[in-house]
Amino acid sequence: MKIFKLKQKTQSIKMDALDGGEELESGSFEKKNNFATKTLLLVGKYWVFVFFILLLTGFSTAKGFLSLNNFQAVLANNAMLLVLAIGQTFVIITGGIDLSTGWVMGLASVVASIIMRQFPIESNLALVIFCGFSTAVVVGLIAGAVNGMVISQLKVPPFIATLGMYGIARGFGYILSGGPPVSVNHPGIGHFANGYLIYIHPSVGFSLFTLPEGLTGMDLRQTTTLIPFLIIYFVIILVVSHWLLSKARFGQHVYAVGGNIRAALRAGIPVNSILKKVYILSGIMAGIAGFLYVMRYSGGVAAAGDALNLNSVAAVVVGGASLMGGEGTLIGTLIGTLIIAFIQNGLIIVGVDPFYQYVAVGVIIIIAVLIDQLKKQVVK
Amino acid sequence: MKGFASNIVEKTELKKATPPVLECVGLTKHFGGLVAVNRVSLSVNQGEVLGLVGDNGAGKSTLIQMISGVYAPDEGQIFINGEIAKLSSPMDARNAGIETIYQDLALATNLNAADNIFLGRELIIKKLGLLPAIDKKQMQTQAKSVLKELDITIPGISRPIRELSGGQRQAVAISRSIYWQAKLLIMDEPTAALGVPEQRKVYELVRNLKDRGMPIIIISHNMRDIFAIADRIIVLRRGVKVADVDANATNDKEIVSFMVGNNNGDL
Repeated sequence: MKIFKLKQKTQSIKMDALDGGEELESGSFEKKNNFATKTLLLVGKYWVFVFFILLLTGFSTAKGFLSLNNFQAVLANNAMLLVLAIGQTFVIITGGIDLSTGWVMGLASVVASIIMRQFPIESNLALVIFCGFSTAVVVGLIAGAVNGMVISQLKVPPFIATLGMYGIARGFGYILSGGPPVSVNHPGIGHFANGYLIYIHPSVGFSLFTLPEGLTGMDLRQTTTLIPFLIIYFVIILVVSHWLLSKARFGQHVYAVGGNIRAALRAGIPVNSILKKVYILSGIMAGIAGFLYVMRYSGGVAAAGDALNLNSVAAVVVGGASLMGGEGTLIGTLIGTLIIAFIQNGLIIVGVDPFYQYVAVGVIIIIAVLIDQLKKQVVK
Repeated sequence: MKGFASNIVEKTELKKATPPVLECVGLTKHFGGLVAVNRVSLSVNQGEVLGLVGDNGAGKSTLIQMISGVYAPDEGQIFINGEIAKLSSPMDARNAGIETIYQDLALATNLNAADNIFLGRELIIKKLGLLPAIDKKQMQTQAKSVLKELDITIPGISRPIRELSGGQRQAVAISRSIYWQAKLLIMDEPTAALGVPEQRKVYELVRNLKDRGMPIIIISHNMRDIFAIADRIIVLRRGVKVADVDANATNDKEIVSFMVGNNNGDL
């Protein structure tokens, strides 16, 4: 830039833009505020909600879809996906991606199971669960910290850094487990992820946390179960994360880093520390998901999160987050997760070949990204 | 935030007695074999607008970046209000009261005007007496009042910055500096990316700041704008200060001849 002598303003703008490595807008800044633009912006903002309602309406004709049991089952079955997607949301808002989350979840489930197996069968259940939970969270935290260091300190692109962690976590998951699931056999352990908050029996009455005593056979079938524990867990995690993202200073800085990393730096935001923290958060979420897996299936397995790995990205993107960073909400991620969950569930209930769910989810992701891009063009 | 303007005015009245807001002595910066800035000294007094001009590569940006903490000078010293200042990061400079408006604006376009004004220094309120949350309401109120005080209108305080025009964004960047009580404002080509009507708006704003007694260093390619606003003009050529003149005692032809170096002047 210093070689040239340019005095004309337009030319110098171009040069400066090249010099700064950042695109400067030029020309008129008049905004088109016509009807079409507004409509498009509204569609861009709310299509996911509309699509979600249409999806539920479409499937509602199928027998068994619109039932309390089915809805509870879908929510409980996708609790782990939602937990991963929550961590992924923070990462994607900074403009990054965590491709390792599903395999870190698997590794955490394996290591937690191995630790829990060390306790004799008759050990205090609370102690076993506490140790399993801590182990899973620590495994996730370490994986996330490594991701965060490599990305913020060594400047490796997130895609590559977390792809590396994908391989590392996957490899160690299989090495430590030897391949097959590592089972945890402490009696009653499965109840913590399979139980319900309320059990109602027409004649015996209702009880909290466990089945009313003395029920057998046909009585059990008549029991209505309400609110799986897994739903309670993910609601708590969702509320805490939502507060962190939309109310706390940390969340504001996450958006700033994703919106304009140079502006964030110049404003004195500790950008590297924010980046490290979002990957650590994603790692911890993977650890929690791994732990929930152990509790639900009484054991850990290396491939526990295989199917969830890319679905967590899909849920976030469908939920309106931009892969370019700066945009996204946890409410969106919740809807995105539910869309994926109900597509899978609905197709099975309608009797469509279950493999079509991959096709359907794939199409939705592409539509979501297209709408996001269209929205950006309109705003420009 | 009320009263920042009156503070400045009070200080202005005392300016004869006080040291310059900024004084640079013998600033030098090498990049390898190239001497980008060669022993440049300058000072900015309270309430003074200094125009910094020079051809591309004359060293304007490097000089400015030393003052705003991006580069450490190889030689020379910077004094702020008469006290020596060591500015080793942009945050140091901001803490010392030097706010720089970059031509690429340095705003997070996904956030709104209030969020940007408070970027990195968010106001915090304790929710339920315990949880520290961002006080968006208070931030918006304060942002509105500073925008109002500077006579800036933007479409909506809660709209993301990317929905604002370039001039409006520039205005938000400027009001951020004002809110944080800048002692010295550096503006690097503040109108470079703007259309003509928006340029006029921004210069109105700069003049407004000048009237309030805010010391400003302004870099511009546009000679007419420099003359419209600057009290004093410094010309750099190949890293050396070749002119430091009262704006009323010179004209654009003379400045251009200083810039390109074909004058027979005694400087």
